[in-house]
Amino acid sequence: MNSTTTQTVPATSSRQHWLSSGWRAGVLLVALIVALPVLTVFSFVFEPAGEVWRHLAATVLQDYVVNSLLLMLGVGAGTLLLGVSTAWVTTTCEFPGRRVFEWALLLPMAIPAYIIAYTYTGLLDFAGPVQTGLRELTGWGYGDYWFPQIRSLGGAVVMLSLVLYPYVYLLTRAAFLEQSVCVLEVSRTLGASPWRTFSRVALPLARPAVITGLSLALMETLADYGTVQYFGVDTFTTGIFRTWFGLGDPGAAAQLSALLMSFVFVLILLERWSRRQARYHHTTSRYRSLPRHRLRGWQLPVGVLVCLVPLLFGFLVPAGQLLAWALRTAPEMLGVEFLQLTWHSLILAGSAALIALLLGLFMAYGKRLHGNWLVQGAVRIAGMGYAVPGTVIAVGVMIPFAAFDNTLDGWMRAQFGVSTGLLLSGTLAALLFAYTVRFLAVSLQTVEAGLGKIRLSMDDAARSMGYRPGEVLRRVHMPIMRGSLLTAVLLVFVDVLKELPATLILRPFNFNTLAVRAYELASDERLADAASASLAIVLAGIIPVILLSRSIAHSRPGHA
Amino acid sequence: MPELLEVENCVLAYDDIPVVKQVSFALETGSIGCLLGPSGCGKTTLLRAIAGFELLRSGEIRLRGQVVSHSGWALPPEQRRVGMVFQDFALFPHLTVAGNIAFGLRHLSERERRTRVRELLELVGMPGYASVYPHQLSGGQQQRIAVARAIAPRPELLLLDEPFSSMDAELREQLAREVRAILKQEAITAILVTHDQYEAFAMADEIGVINQGRLMQWDSGYNLYHRPANRFVADFIGQGAIITGEVLNDQHVNSELGIIPGRIPEGCVPGCKVDLLVRPDDIQHDDESELQARVVEKAFRGAEFLYTLELHSGTRVLCFAPSHHDHAIGESIGIRMEIDHLVMFRQERQTAS
Repeated sequence: MNSTTTQTVPATSSRQHWLSSGWRAGVLLVALIVALPVLTVFSFVFEPAGEVWRHLAATVLQDYVVNSLLLMLGVGAGTLLLGVSTAWVTTTCEFPGRRVFEWALLLPMAIPAYIIAYTYTGLLDFAGPVQTGLRELTGWGYGDYWFPQIRSLGGAVVMLSLVLYPYVYLLTRAAFLEQSVCVLEVSRTLGASPWRTFSRVALPLARPAVITGLSLALMETLADYGTVQYFGVDTFTTGIFRTWFGLGDPGAAAQLSALLMSFVFVLILLERWSRRQARYHHTTSRYRSLPRHRLRGWQLPVGVLVCLVPLLFGFLVPAGQLLAWALRTAPEMLGVEFLQLTWHSLILAGSAALIALLLGLFMAYGKRLHGNWLVQGAVRIAGMGYAVPGTVIAVGVMIPFAAFDNTLDGWMRAQFGVSTGLLLSGTLAALLFAYTVRFLAVSLQTVEAGLGKIRLSMDDAARSMGYRPGEVLRRVHMPIMRGSLLTAVLLVFVDVLKELPATLILRPFNFNTLAVRAYELASDERLADAASASLAIVLAGIIPVILLSRSIAHSRPGHA
Repeated sequence: MPELLEVENCVLAYDDIPVVKQVSFALETGSIGCLLGPSGCGKTTLLRAIAGFELLRSGEIRLRGQVVSHSGWALPPEQRRVGMVFQDFALFPHLTVAGNIAFGLRHLSERERRTRVRELLELVGMPGYASVYPHQLSGGQQQRIAVARAIAPRPELLLLDEPFSSMDAELREQLAREVRAILKQEAITAILVTHDQYEAFAMADEIGVINQGRLMQWDSGYNLYHRPANRFVADFIGQGAIITGEVLNDQHVNSELGIIPGRIPEGCVPGCKVDLLVRPDDIQHDDESELQARVVEKAFRGAEFLYTLELHSGTRVLCFAPSHHDHAIGESIGIRMEIDHLVMFRQERQTAS
């Protein structure tokens, strides 16, 4: 035996050892807790199918599957069309207003799908301004003309496409900007026209990014509850709601959730695969901004129109309508109740954002300081929540929490004759837990990106200049990370503010937020009254759009 | 004069796989040392151990006679007064050039700090750059600021981890000489880690060649080239070819290139086979010579050609010839040995039997 391997472990390194394994265990625990809802949902796959499930399978299940697929197909086509065309025009062409369009095209992201859905319903239904105007103009009466029915599957496709295309736009645009200009110039020297270069080189190169954007948009489509419910389109999410609350069968709801999750997993795999492809698509790191083609003659109005249409119908029209409604109803709506709604929303969103930030920091530093394959896997699992629809998370949280409450209550009553009632389910704790599961990914990603900017050698450099580890954290990490941490908090904050289905299911009795109240008022056809709360959510939603457009401007390649 | 740095029988390992094995060397105050070796040989690990970032499995590191590392214990890096320049420079992106240089000067007053920063910017030849941010600098400028930042607190020892590896090849030697001048001017003791021997020659007084975690030789650049201690160093440093010879007496060896004088390895009796290290400058081109060799490759170097020649037995050697001696590939040319002393090693096959 070598004497060097049998050295006794000295005190300093043993303390380090305990810290390291403790941290690793913590990271694993967080990942496990975040995975709990999905694990719960999947545990019901092996339960024997109950009566309700057989009933579902015989009657509506086929509708759920077909409608969800049609919705994905439609939204996929819509977001591709809007996202790729706008990305192409804004990166390769030069026309007046291009700079404004570059960031303004992200604005539709600020409007949650359920809000745009009922705004357009108000605009386009029989009593709405569009049809009224049409009748006044033509003198037609009821039944004299055909008008498309907005509250339909087709309507849902249009609504979701209008607010989800920015995912495709954002990633495709980034891919176009990152393309090495050399590759494109090689294509030109080989005799290809600009158009051919775009279609044969630039677009195929951007394909991984396009697919990533598409799969994100489709995940949001699957997660949507508000729009499809409002339009009466039966999909998985509405089915899960109805099975739980209408038919009172959590087991069948969980089984439906598991089925929905299998759709989501396909999208996750698609996204992972396309990201991997993206790595092979980068050949050089020499960037120069693309030479832009100046639009002239007939091209100019076409180019402007390509950008204007999504912006107009995805943001300007619905936001304008909301504003008009809000101005009309504000005097009666902006009262004590509105203040309370706002307060509830702020408290929830703020606490969730802080929890997500702290956990994100804990996970990201765990990976940096004590990373091994287990920790990396755990961090990856903790970052998967964004893909899980809020409805599924709600089901996956409710079932174990209710089981815990019932068990504890039963035991306490048997032992001490005291009823503990509902300790976890139906409380803010359950709601915050669900938010954490869903949005930890957002903060984790942002924190990791910020931490990635601090190379390990910077830690060492500060140490070699006489700073203790705590001082390195304060003097080097904090100043560099500050922006990322703020971004993480803001992003989670706004996401929680917009979140609907999980809040709807898990909120404590009579506890309302802006999103819930807007949805309830809209469901009661009080569209104008819903506008104040909706507008508040949209205004908050603009914050991440600003952050995104700023980070785009700063990360432009070619500016070392 | 006491040694500033003493490294004694150091062993380092990752997950029980040893990467540095029983390395010992010492460095005098004011001199510049270099750890030279192929990538993955453990040289950076050893440097990080000297900085205090890695724990020793066994052995000892002393600074000014004081133990700073022994098995399983290390004085924290911040208490060592050892500066370090990193491969990626590790400049703080949120601080200006002045802020970066002043980072290690917090024990000074505001005025002293400003004076010292100005001094250092002057020293590295970038006086106008105080308020510029690192990302606005070129690679070479970042490098100089990294050096300035590391030496600002007047460390007792400066460590440089592959500091020129991200530079263009032409820039490297020039920068190495510049940094050497700066260190000498400030009388700073330093250790450089590199895989580039020309960088090592340009910068260091003493060079340690490391292979697979072992120190093969600790010597001046001249001696590494002309008196390599073993075959690895002979192969790694400079160009050359190995040919076989047979010991004639205690001063001469018989080989394909004739009878050659040299120091016979210990324990070699006449008749014993040895490997001879023949450098390209040991062989002269001479049209008059009877000894002929066939040109198999040639590389134009401006003032001279580097010929690869094949001897009758098929052994290949290298030869520099003035560039007006332009011979075609396949042609036979005359060569002559131009040496007074040749390096030779006992053949390993023999020692094994």
